[in-house]
This record gives sequence, structure tokens and C-alpha cells, in this order.
Amino acid sequence: MSAKLEERSIVVPGDLIYEGKVRAGDNTYRDGGNVYATKVGLVNYSKDRVSVIALEGGYTPLVGDLVVGTVTDIELGQWLVNIDGPGDAILTVNEAIDKPFRTSLDMTQILDVGDLIVAKVVDLDRNRTPVLSILGRDLGRIHEGFVIGITPSKIPRLIGKKGSMINMILKETRCNVTIGQNGRILINGRSREDEELVERVVRKIEAEAHTSGLTNRIQEYLKAIKEEKK
Amino acid sequence: MSKTRKRKSNKTWERVDGRKQDELRPIHIESGVLPNADGSAYIEMGRNKIIAGVYGPREMHPKRLSKPNEGVLRVRYHMAPFSVDPRRSPAPSRRDTEISMVMRDALEPAMFLERYPRSAIDVYVEIIQADGGTRCASINAAAVALADAGIPMKDLVAACAAGKYDGKIIVDLGDYEDKKGESDVPVAYMPKFDQVTLLQMEGIMTREETEECIKQAVEGCKKVYEIQKEALKKKYGMIQGEAAAPEPEAEAEAEPEEAPAEETQKPEGHVDVDEPEEEEKQ
Repeated sequence: MSAKLEERSIVVPGDLIYEGKVRAGDNTYRDGGNVYATKVGLVNYSKDRVSVIALEGGYTPLVGDLVVGTVTDIELGQWLVNIDGPGDAILTVNEAIDKPFRTSLDMTQILDVGDLIVAKVVDLDRNRTPVLSILGRDLGRIHEGFVIGITPSKIPRLIGKKGSMINMILKETRCNVTIGQNGRILINGRSREDEELVERVVRKIEAEAHTSGLTNRIQEYLKAIKEEKK
Repeated sequence: MSKTRKRKSNKTWERVDGRKQDELRPIHIESGVLPNADGSAYIEMGRNKIIAGVYGPREMHPKRLSKPNEGVLRVRYHMAPFSVDPRRSPAPSRRDTEISMVMRDALEPAMFLERYPRSAIDVYVEIIQADGGTRCASINAAAVALADAGIPMKDLVAACAAGKYDGKIIVDLGDYEDKKGESDVPVAYMPKFDQVTLLQMEGIMTREETEECIKQAVEGCKKVYEIQKEALKKKYGMIQGEAAAPEPEAEAEAEPEEAPAEETQKPEGHVDVDEPEEEEKQ
């Protein structure tokens, strides 16, 4: 019954992180009463569970996630959307428009191949294919701004504790930022300069996601850039 | 030169490259070398130079090869035409197909493929320079690349060969020992489970010798395992060092209260300037 490593130390798959009875959290598994890591990441011991904060990894869609995706194909009554997951996601017509489906409907008028959308994962069907919806506030086709991609496992770090990191960035840069859980980020600012600043900050967070005290460091980084400009 | 060595026999018996019987060739592993792959690794094991790239889990093409209940691991082992002398045809040979298969079988037990139904995980291994024991070196690189891609694994798979050369059991055979030796036993091993995932044998040995070979190879695998772990951690160790350097005071302040819980939160993604959402997931 003991923690085997220091909090926040880097682990690799197969590392023993806890001996004895405890709940195995994210990116861990139990074998013979011990808990081991399954991914490269940082150990996190909380009261009743042990987990690993992944530093690498693709996106696994979960119900409730906000994602930024690209429409890749139009089928009968549905669009296929690439959300950087293990497979394409489905967006059906009744999740895209707020009125009954008519055969006279021209689907390309609503969304066409190549459009970028902000959507919500509302369901995983029996094939575990994500089902999206664009009904709701701030969802739907993206008209302006630009999209950058980062490693999906670093998204929680970009948001910070209760949004502390992202709120700080928003305040400092005055940009609208939509973070898709799938690692795509939509930045929409007043000027191209502001948007580029956000991108620089996001890249820095991505590179240093595993270090502690990051929010403060980023704040100082932003201040330094601003003073430089003055 | 080699004749005089042989005559002195037991006292000064030496391997062709002067290693001890249980000594591995120098190994160097680097992870994350291919920017466009989901995960990658480069290994130098003696004069072997190998790059492994991992893509996925992703949708499988052709779709009919996918399985409804689990993911499929596909491994492609390929030797570059210039990797050996004389030049080799770039077309996949019988040998390439076999090694692709044994590599897949060696890596599969360490993975949670049941978590990715209908998907494929692709591992591409390219031999840039070959010097004996490429299948073991390839498995080592592939395991690091898989971990670098963030694909969940029960353990890293380490591989090492042992064999018989000049009547002696030796570990990690080089090209010359591989070709001139009496026998070669490549072994892949998961140290945490004490499980062997690959065991092949070529040549003739007695039962006792074979057992000794496997034992020695497993010991070799354990050494390789440590190097693999080191390689994965090194990537982050470096960035951590850089980031910590500029402002050590700021970091010390922030650490105690804020840092530990910070990443466990997964608030909802969408945040606006005027109305920040603070919902939490889970």
C-alpha cells in the first residue's frame, strides 16, 4: 500500500506506480494488485486514485466533447467529419438544422466538403462512431479565424485548472479562442498580430506541458512580449 | 591474427569485435524523430541504423481487413536497398514478410488492441543500415515508437539475440557472428511480466546450450529495456531543463498549491472572453 514514485515524475509504459489497493485512474492498469502506467506521462496521486497524465496520445472521442473538424464527405442525410479520431464522425441532417428533413433540401447549402465546423459529440453509436451536433450556441460552420493543431493530450494543460490558463490568455490577448478536445484550436482575434501571439503562446504551452508553474511562466512570457512591442 | 588468438584459446578468447561474451553492442535510441508520424524512434544498435514510425489508431483501409471487436496491428519491416552490400532489391522479400509477422506477434501481447475496434495501428520500420540482429533492433525501435505515439501498452517490449559462435554462447550477435556462427536465437521479452514474446532459432545446439542462450538473451533484453526507458524520458528531461532554467523563483512559488491538481481538471473546451465556462468533465 504505497506510492512508488514522486508526484509528477515521468513514467513510461510498464512502470510500477503503486503497490496495493487503489483505484486505477486514466492511463493506468492493475495487474496482480499493483498499478502500472500504460503511457508516457506524469504520475498523479490523488486521495483515492492513481492516474497518469499522458504527454503523448491521439484523440479518443467522448460524449460531451467540443471538437473542431473538417467535413470530408456528404452521404444521404449525413456528413462525414474528420475530427482526428480513430475514424470519421457522423453529422446527421437533423443534428444540423432545426427543421424537418425535406427531400428538396440541398445539403451543400448547409455544409459543403472542406468546411470547418465546431461541433459537439452527442453520442457514440454502437460501432463507437462519434455522432456530432451543430445545434447550439457557438456551434456550426466556422466563418473566420484560423485553426491550429496541437497534441490532444495537452489540451487539459492549455485550459488549466478551471480554465485558469486559457482565461489568462484570453484576457491578455483579447482573442476569441475555441478549444476542441481533439487538439484543434480556433483562434479569432481583432488583428492577425493578436492571433499570431496566441499561436506562439499555445506552441510554448505544448512544448512545456509537463513542467510545473506553467501558468505563471506563460503570463510573464506574454508580458515580456507586450513590453517588447511597446 | 585471429589464428593466434584461437591458439591461446581459453585464456584470451575474444569476439571478433573484442566484446565480452555477454556484452551488448553500444545502443543509442532517440524518440520522436519524425515530425509527421504520430510516434517514432531511431535506434543505433552497433552499426544497425533503423527508423520506426507509428501511425494510428486510425481508420483501416482496406476496410474489410478491420475486425469488429478489436484493432489490428500492422507492421511493415523493410530494408533499404543500400542497407546491405551488395545492393538489395527494394521489393518485399519472403524474409521481410516473415520478420514483419514475427514483429507483429512480438509487439501485440503488450498492447490493448481491444480498445480500438475497427481501427488499425500501423508500424513502419525502415532499415537504413544493417549489421546483424535487425529484427531485434527493429522491435526495440518499434516499442519506443509505439510508446512515443501515446498508444497504451502494458509494458515495453525489448529484444536481444544470443547464439553460439566458436563453441561459446554469446549475446547480441553482429553480422559476422550471425553468418559464421553455429546458431542464433533472437528473443523478445516483456520484463515486467517475465514473458517471452518472440523466440526463434537458427542452427544447431544442444538442449542445454539452447536454454543457456535464452537465459542470456533475456538478460540482454533487460539491459535494452533500461535504455528504452531512458530514451523515452530523455525527450522530456531536456525540455524540462530548458524551461526551468530562466525563472527558478517563479516556479518555486507556484508549485505547492497550484501545480499538483492542475492537470486533473478537464473543463469544457469552449471559452469566450466575456463568458468563461467553468464546467468540469467527469
